[in-house]
Amino acid sequence: MKKKKILSLILVAAMAVTAFAGCGKKESAKNEGGSSEGSAVFKIGGTGPLTGDAAIYGTAVKNGMELAIKEINEAGGIGGVQVEYKFEDDEADAEKGVNAYNTLKDWKMQMLIGTTTSGACEAVVAESHNDNLFQITPSGTSINSVKYDNAFRMCFSDPAQGTVSAQYIAKNNLAKSIAVIYNSGDTYSNGIYENFAKEAKNQGLEIVAAEAFTSESNKDFSVQLQKAKDAGAEMVFLPMYYTEASLILAKAKEMGYAPSFFGCDGMDGILTLENFDTSLAEGLMLLTPFSVDAEDEKTQNFVKAYKDAYGETPNQFAADAYDSAYVIKAAAEKAGIKPDMSVTEIGDAMKKAMTEIEFTGLTGTNITWGEDGEPTKEPIAVKIENGAYVFM
Amino acid sequence: MSFLSYLINGVSLGSVYAIIALGYTMVYGIAKMLNFAHGDIIMVGGYAAFLAMVNAGLSPLIGVLVSIVVCTLLGVVIERIAYKPLRMAPPLAVLITAIGVSYFLQNLALLLFGADTKTFKSVISFKGISLAGGALQISGVTIVTIAACIVIVVGLSLFINKTRAGQAMLAVSEDRGAAQLMGINVNKTIALTFAIGSALAAIAGVLLCSAYPSLNPYTGAMPGIKAFVAAVFGGIGSVPGAMVGGILLGIIEILAKAYISSQLADAIVFAMLIIILLVKPTGIFGKKIQEKV
Repeated sequence: MKKKKILSLILVAAMAVTAFAGCGKKESAKNEGGSSEGSAVFKIGGTGPLTGDAAIYGTAVKNGMELAIKEINEAGGIGGVQVEYKFEDDEADAEKGVNAYNTLKDWKMQMLIGTTTSGACEAVVAESHNDNLFQITPSGTSINSVKYDNAFRMCFSDPAQGTVSAQYIAKNNLAKSIAVIYNSGDTYSNGIYENFAKEAKNQGLEIVAAEAFTSESNKDFSVQLQKAKDAGAEMVFLPMYYTEASLILAKAKEMGYAPSFFGCDGMDGILTLENFDTSLAEGLMLLTPFSVDAEDEKTQNFVKAYKDAYGETPNQFAADAYDSAYVIKAAAEKAGIKPDMSVTEIGDAMKKAMTEIEFTGLTGTNITWGEDGEPTKEPIAVKIENGAYVFM
Repeated sequence: MSFLSYLINGVSLGSVYAIIALGYTMVYGIAKMLNFAHGDIIMVGGYAAFLAMVNAGLSPLIGVLVSIVVCTLLGVVIERIAYKPLRMAPPLAVLITAIGVSYFLQNLALLLFGADTKTFKSVISFKGISLAGGALQISGVTIVTIAACIVIVVGLSLFINKTRAGQAMLAVSEDRGAAQLMGINVNKTIALTFAIGSALAAIAGVLLCSAYPSLNPYTGAMPGIKAFVAAVFGGIGSVPGAMVGGILLGIIEILAKAYISSQLADAIVFAMLIIILLVKPTGIFGKKIQEKV
């Protein structure tokens, strides 16, 4: 009995502490956003997975967005108005994404940078469409991520990547017989594969093996590689994220199988994988909108600022999020929106302005948007040589 | 030749499942509970070895030992804090607690080590052998994993059948109340079971990460579930059953991927489980429980 009493006292104390801690956090979040003496501010929300399997992407998006908004505020804000931001975790889950969106709406969000992953984005975009709230996704690549007119994207879409990959391989005569290993349970990977297969046919490339895996069995790739080897593939196309690709590269080496490998933007980050033997990735080709080794001043400054602030090398998700914040700034200034306008007024003005601006950022130059929300952006192909990206 | 190489890969994958399944089966057999946190102890073992080898620069052998020590302590602590107070509680409460411990470990790892995947450094430097002019490759990890699996099964069987502590385990597994009346310290025996199970999880973690060198806070989750299936497959509670179940599961998974469909491999594995349980509800090596009237 006494034990129980002590336990309940401890619980009460813990609850009290967390309640106060909650207050403290709210205070500091406000200050961080930089609201100046009660004057009106723009409220921009962000969502993405900060925990769970895909946490690395959401964290990158949060950091990239935070960095850009801090810079914007220091430089005087959007059209002279400061920006407040708030980022909510959605665990890359559709249901939690909608919850995160609703939390942000309660916070009176006016524009959204998000969501980070395609699956959650498809759910959230339906909600933001109902509210006519302006949304730009830094990295939701699936077609349906931007199916409504209030949504735009910063990255290129899955079909675009699949199609461009096939065209690129054919144009540069990199291989004739190709094996594909893809994640059949993932919208991103599946979407690229389907469009790659379609375009490969047009380009006269032969897909000799198409092997799937799922997120539940993404450790053992011996079978898929053995089949590619038996089918005599000169090249293995890997439309997937780099963590799985790193296992494939290691296994291929162990098997003594050495085709050329080609990946998409999800491959970006493989060189920064902790303790990864980068010699395994030697000769790997990939399409990416952003390379930390690009020599332009903008990229160099971004990489330096990001490293200083977060202690790690930014990936393309961070770059896309950083650009997204600046796109909002460009479009908002073009549209001349004011913080006291309603969400749907802002939405209407931004939609129109998005099709009129031309944007140059980290992930592309002179990007314009169509009404369908798709950016005009050319993926850049790079090859890994001596542990660094080299433009092809 | 492809078939042989598939078979070897299957046995290799299956041996890892088998070592994990041994931990499941021991704890179930003796404490009569499903320790769903077992998969996550594997992940902790992986991280412990990773930190020792990569961050502290220790030799692989010490890395493995560190991992075993960390996991053994963790297993005993978890048992003491989370499961022991529930010894008399209904099984459902223990099951839910185990799921809670599993999430706790995952999120703790997320907090401590971050979400990014790390590439594990293989503890086995032995390169493996190449047969038939390079057409058939057997990697060092595969050989070591299979050997480790056999050694562990033989060792465990000897331990259980030949030592006093092992006999005590058998007695507790058969009838906890009667064992206590005979003067066996049930709590100590169960703690010992958790210690051994967790040490096995550490070995499984190191071998799993050496064979498939990627490590993140969710590394243990799926292999944990598959190994649970393997344990049920072989007859949960039975040591040889766990080994046979694990290896069969690995072979079925790889062959299904190779010859039926890489997309349906998991569906086929679980369909096999359903069929086996329909035909033999206690699993391959499961004991038939006789009803006494």
